[in-house]
Amino acid sequence: MKPYQFSNQDLQRTPLTLSGVSKTYADTTVVENLSFSIQPGEILGLLGPNGAGKSTTINMIAGVIPATTGRIEVFGFDSRQEYQKSRRLVGVMHQEPIIEQYLNVEQSLKIHSGYYGVADDPVWRKLIVEQLELGPHLAKRYLKLSGGMRRRFMIAKTLLHKPRLLILDEPTAGVDVELRERLWSFVREINKAGISVLLTTHYLEEAEQMCDRIAFMNMGKLVALEETKKLISRIDKQKLRVELHTALREMPDELKSFDSDLDEEDSHFLNFSLESGAEVVAVVSSLEKIGLEVLNVTLTQPDLEDVFKHLSRESGGIKGVR
Amino acid sequence: MLGSDSQSIKDIYAATPVAYKPLLPFWTLLKKEILRICSVAVQTLLVPVTTVSLYLLVFGVSLGERVSVMEDFSYAQFVVPGLLLMGIIQNTFGNVSSSLFMARYLGYVVDYLVTPLSPMAMSLAYTVAAMVRGLVVGIAILFVSLYFCELPWPALGSAVAMALAVSFLFSQLGIIAAIYCNSFDGLSIFNNFLILPAIYLGGLFYPVSMLPQPWASISKVNPLFYMIEGFRGSALGNSDVGFLVCYLITISFALVLFVWATILLKKRGKLQ
Repeated sequence: MKPYQFSNQDLQRTPLTLSGVSKTYADTTVVENLSFSIQPGEILGLLGPNGAGKSTTINMIAGVIPATTGRIEVFGFDSRQEYQKSRRLVGVMHQEPIIEQYLNVEQSLKIHSGYYGVADDPVWRKLIVEQLELGPHLAKRYLKLSGGMRRRFMIAKTLLHKPRLLILDEPTAGVDVELRERLWSFVREINKAGISVLLTTHYLEEAEQMCDRIAFMNMGKLVALEETKKLISRIDKQKLRVELHTALREMPDELKSFDSDLDEEDSHFLNFSLESGAEVVAVVSSLEKIGLEVLNVTLTQPDLEDVFKHLSRESGGIKGVR
Repeated sequence: MLGSDSQSIKDIYAATPVAYKPLLPFWTLLKKEILRICSVAVQTLLVPVTTVSLYLLVFGVSLGERVSVMEDFSYAQFVVPGLLLMGIIQNTFGNVSSSLFMARYLGYVVDYLVTPLSPMAMSLAYTVAAMVRGLVVGIAILFVSLYFCELPWPALGSAVAMALAVSFLFSQLGIIAAIYCNSFDGLSIFNNFLILPAIYLGGLFYPVSMLPQPWASISKVNPLFYMIEGFRGSALGNSDVGFLVCYLITISFALVLFVWATILLKKRGKLQ
């Protein structure tokens, strides 16, 4: 069998296209009629609450599970009919560390690109090892690595065959702030080389910083797909956070007419989502009337988390928001 | 640290032609499997050779001189081909079933599912690696057995063909067991309640022709009987059943199991 050489024409096609993709288990539809695409060099964030269907979508794109209906194309290659070519071009980093434990880090890294039909490139491997600071750990087996090192090891494996589309499913889940920053920095460098990225994360501020566009899923459906800034600008409300001297058990009736809630973690705080300056004044005056002693007031612009909550509510509720 | 080599990342990407070598995924999984066998060599090679050597000690030295079941041959000579085949069977089955089951159990089978590795390539890589282990163990047992007795090997080619067919067959059974079982208990049941009884009742320690009816006829329903007879016949030149019949039955079972195993590997959901 002759090696297949991807042409420039192949690689200039749309990195990922989903058309009417659904996944059904028995009577339950987990993903419904999903259609979107990723443009060359783009970082697309796939966000949504737990159970929204993000991981199922990623698993269908990666080939772990087949779609029930619809079509997935990677650089124009059908993910079912031409799965070998399409998977060759994709690198997937899963949420859970899943590394076999019989080989040490170096042995694993040396052979891993071979699974993708790509010969080991020692120069590239060395660069990845250096960038991810895996050098001192090459002789260790997976079980001897710390959590952070396991993440780095997984990222290294994902990149060894030089994928053209990188899929990162919660790459920073459970890692410390320093490592998160390093990993994102590395992803940005990879992206600068023209590699498209599809990522999911629960850290919305990271998605806001990293992603060119956001696809928002809820209950298996695509609820929104827009440029990150445009998506945030959908929410024209301001956020008002009020710190009280005394903790409250429940929201006072006088404040229930506002879009507000009592902070779940600390009931000294009230959060308001307000449309105008006049509403801000009205809230402050209501607080005075009730006789609540205000220690501090913070007014901020909406961020992706507000969009997340707004879209989740709009599209049928939130199963879980971190 | 990060970012300092951004030009290098870009350069390396730009300079590398994007190609796909279709046979490389198979060779890679095979290499990994061989590395796995070597990395736990005590468990995969030394233990099985020691176990069968103990059988040889018991039947070759302790009992062998007092028992005779086949004219012109000692009991040790009678039992060695069966023990050798048992070593091959248990190690091919054990290799595939434990390796694939662990990949499923620990979840790293997903690492293969996202790659271009085809179900056929996956099946063959696991099969070849298991056959290598089974045959290495078989050869080691053969060398150990020389201490106790020598076999005439009048049809060495047939013996090799039978050993290959049997190891192929039990590799397929290993894949099937690894996919169907959801616990280590399940694998253990496969081995202890299916394979071992079939080997023991297939005439490993006695000629089936010695059994009274209906047990002699019932034993002939057991496919292991034909494998052991075929192999023993090739090693000693004396068998109750012709080699061709034994070989065709073995190959037929092997092909059926190969198709079954490959279909299971294609159903990717079964692997998780």
